[in-house]
Amino acid sequence: MTTSTHRGFRSEISLTVNGQRETVMAFPMERLLDVLRQQLGLTGAKEGCGEGECGSCSVLMNGALVNSCLVPVLQAKGASIVTIEGIAAGPQLSALQEAFLECNGAQCGICTPGMILAASHLLSKKSIPTLAEIQEGLSGNLCRCTGYVQIFNAVAKAALCGEATKTS
Amino acid sequence: MSNERIVGTAVPRKEGRDKVTGKARYVDDMTLPGMLYGATVRSQVPRGRIRTISYRPEIAWNEFVIVTGKDIPGKNCVALIEDDQPCLTSEFVNHPEEPILLLAHPDRHLLRKAVEAVTIEYDALPAIYTIEESERCAEIIWRTDNVFKTYLIEKGDVDEVWAKADYIVEGEYRTGAQEQLYIENNGMIAAYDAEQGITVWGSLQCPYYVHKALMALCSLPAEKVRVVQMETGGAFGGKEDYPSMIAGHAALLAMKSGKPVKIVYDRMEDMAVTTKRHPSRTRQRTAVSKDGKILGGEIDFTIDGGAYATLSSVVLSRGAIHAGGPYFWPSVRIRAKAVATNAPPHGAFRGFGAPQSLFAMERHMDRIAKVVGLSPLEIRRRNFLKPGQTTTTEQIIREPIDLDQLLNHALEASEYHVKKKQFAAHNQFGTTKKGIGIAAFLHGAGFTGSGERYLNSVVGVEGCADGSVRILVSSTEFGQGTNTVLSQIAAEALGLRYEDVSLAQPDTTQVPNSGPTVASRTVMVVGKLVQSAARGLQQTLAARSLLGDNYSADEFRAACRSYVAAHGELRSWAQYEAPPGIFWDDKKYRGEAYAAYAWAVYVAEVSVDLTTYSVAVNDFVALQEVGRVLHPVLAVGQIAGGVAQAIGFALFEKVVWQKGRMQNGQMTNYIMPTSSDLPPIRVLFEEMGNVHGAYGAKGIGELPMDGPAPAIVNAVEDALGMRFDFIPLLPEDIFEAISARSCENESALPSAVK
Repeated sequence: MTTSTHRGFRSEISLTVNGQRETVMAFPMERLLDVLRQQLGLTGAKEGCGEGECGSCSVLMNGALVNSCLVPVLQAKGASIVTIEGIAAGPQLSALQEAFLECNGAQCGICTPGMILAASHLLSKKSIPTLAEIQEGLSGNLCRCTGYVQIFNAVAKAALCGEATKTS
Repeated sequence: MSNERIVGTAVPRKEGRDKVTGKARYVDDMTLPGMLYGATVRSQVPRGRIRTISYRPEIAWNEFVIVTGKDIPGKNCVALIEDDQPCLTSEFVNHPEEPILLLAHPDRHLLRKAVEAVTIEYDALPAIYTIEESERCAEIIWRTDNVFKTYLIEKGDVDEVWAKADYIVEGEYRTGAQEQLYIENNGMIAAYDAEQGITVWGSLQCPYYVHKALMALCSLPAEKVRVVQMETGGAFGGKEDYPSMIAGHAALLAMKSGKPVKIVYDRMEDMAVTTKRHPSRTRQRTAVSKDGKILGGEIDFTIDGGAYATLSSVVLSRGAIHAGGPYFWPSVRIRAKAVATNAPPHGAFRGFGAPQSLFAMERHMDRIAKVVGLSPLEIRRRNFLKPGQTTTTEQIIREPIDLDQLLNHALEASEYHVKKKQFAAHNQFGTTKKGIGIAAFLHGAGFTGSGERYLNSVVGVEGCADGSVRILVSSTEFGQGTNTVLSQIAAEALGLRYEDVSLAQPDTTQVPNSGPTVASRTVMVVGKLVQSAARGLQQTLAARSLLGDNYSADEFRAACRSYVAAHGELRSWAQYEAPPGIFWDDKKYRGEAYAAYAWAVYVAEVSVDLTTYSVAVNDFVALQEVGRVLHPVLAVGQIAGGVAQAIGFALFEKVVWQKGRMQNGQMTNYIMPTSSDLPPIRVLFEEMGNVHGAYGAKGIGELPMDGPAPAIVNAVEDALGMRFDFIPLLPEDIFEAISARSCENESALPSAVK
């Protein structure tokens, strides 16, 4: 569902996206998802349902996991946003991305950016989550391909890798 | 075991890196300069005749591109099998989501208001919504009798068996519509140029289906229609035929406006208008001997096709052929029928008719077991198909399949017997009742009967200037692993590294027609062709003395480079040839229905909470024989994903209909399984024998959709001692049944006292 953006006036809104300061001209109620995709060319966040059910538009906003289809851009003013494009450090994939690749956590790939951000958020709160915690932590992100099993495997594997680097 | 290096190993998914970094490009990620957005104005009535179309004045209509049926340069249909479905209906409306006109505008936010500002008046006609209304011919809505297609499969003389039967067991089983619910909605972009013709980029399974439909609609020759598949975010059959409709709409708008046009559905539109799994009704009447042997039976399999023929005849065929399950029927009569109703057409969804008829068969086996007084395991053992026996279409089983062994291993893995005892004890107390159920089934790989011969698929393998190898197929990747597995096959066949091989993006100007990406045919059928085309490449290089007998990957690449430098393009083609000694009679529907079958036994463990009446699946074992497993990790992913969808089919996913419209077309009220709703899905493979597929592989993708629903409902019956013969089985259904049972018990009490 598309929120009408033709209310009020466009104004300048500044925010930090993947560590970079950006200023956009946007209607206050414009969806953060549309601003990211259309104005900033960051098409990694996807629209699956437009009503906050599927999680494929997930991004991190000031460290919190949000559905960017439900966030009016005005609310993101001054915030720090991380999208899937900001997860890898240059050509080097993050441990989570590597694990998703290795465990077949990405099939069609449409839920993958949101899923990786949700997983990254989970691991930032709990470095070695239990299976139940992984299930709970990802339950706001729908995947129709995998039956989730290989996604759980990927998150568990990344958790162990992350832990290994920390201790070494 | 084999000495293969790449086939059978867990190489990384070809396009995986792009997917985990967000770089993979789906259609909605693409924007063209000057692009307009398109929207569809649809009928709001289930059936009627269009009287007037008017445009309310609050909209600046001169800013919009408007297309109606009159703008169609070619034939106003979505060309597929019957060509009965209009691309834009101009007179009669046959379902409530039927496209009538198209709008385009540079600002997509204005489109919604504009769509609402088109007023269409109708002379309403009475509509029909159920299989029964359609059968009664309360209204004739399709041709002369509302029947899209019938099949009759007859084996032996079933009329003789009733007199010999110790038991005659009857049952009626129903399955509901199911939405594919790929997370990426349907979408297309079209661009038109008088010189080059039409190009569309989109989310789709079958580039050449779209190609064929656009040629007919736009009245353009083959070379002026180009179809390109973008990364596709799930399909499951849901992007088999409907993309031709959307591509047509985008193309018409692009032709009229001269600008590129993007149509991407939002979730509500996608769920409301695109195809779903056919609702079904199966009636079983089976003659059984006192020792539990099936003597013969009649199966009536009927599906609701919606308003137009689309793929219903093909779905019906697969459902009918699978209706007898993995059992030996000395005689059988299967009558199958697809009927019309005033709902959007139902279409392909993983399993393609088989999950419907196999739900019935596997529920019915449990019913037969009860009547005869055998366990669900024993009744199946006594009737399993064995090598040398024939299927319902009289196909001789030549594969060395041992279903007894599959069953034994599935029982061991699930600790069936231990659980059975535990649950019996557990269920004596408390408000949670536990149960365990099984389903045994088969799934034919590839097109049915003579289908592969008609398809006549072509595959190419190209040696490139840099020495790498590129596979040219119209087979599409939408998560299953097409890119990865076909690359493995080519690398294996050529003695190359996995990294040396890639796939061309499916683009009808670049790749030949290797058939649609459906019917679990890609690895088995297309893979086999890739293997032989790859060999052809090697032979060409050897014939020019560029390659010796034992060569390294680097030597191959050097040979490739030399060839291309000296002679130009290096390509090898392979075309489908039917395996020898097979026959199929299209008229009698008899013979070798499929080149190979995958076989499986699934075990589901459930608990039913008698406070909430909800069913939880607590454990799931999925054991199958799919020939050679070419990629152990991707194969598990296919099975686990299919099982999850089938758990949704059984317990969650209900399409609520009102006058032919889906009422719950949102992810908030159409419920698919989340990560918290699923059990551990334990996937096990057995490799029993070799078939002629690529490196011995059979089809795998659809199989896991067939078994979970009956296994789960069988487990619910085991838990509650109550029979449910329909899905989805929701808590309210269980509540109603239990309430009805309590009432019966109460009313039965006085007479018992008497």
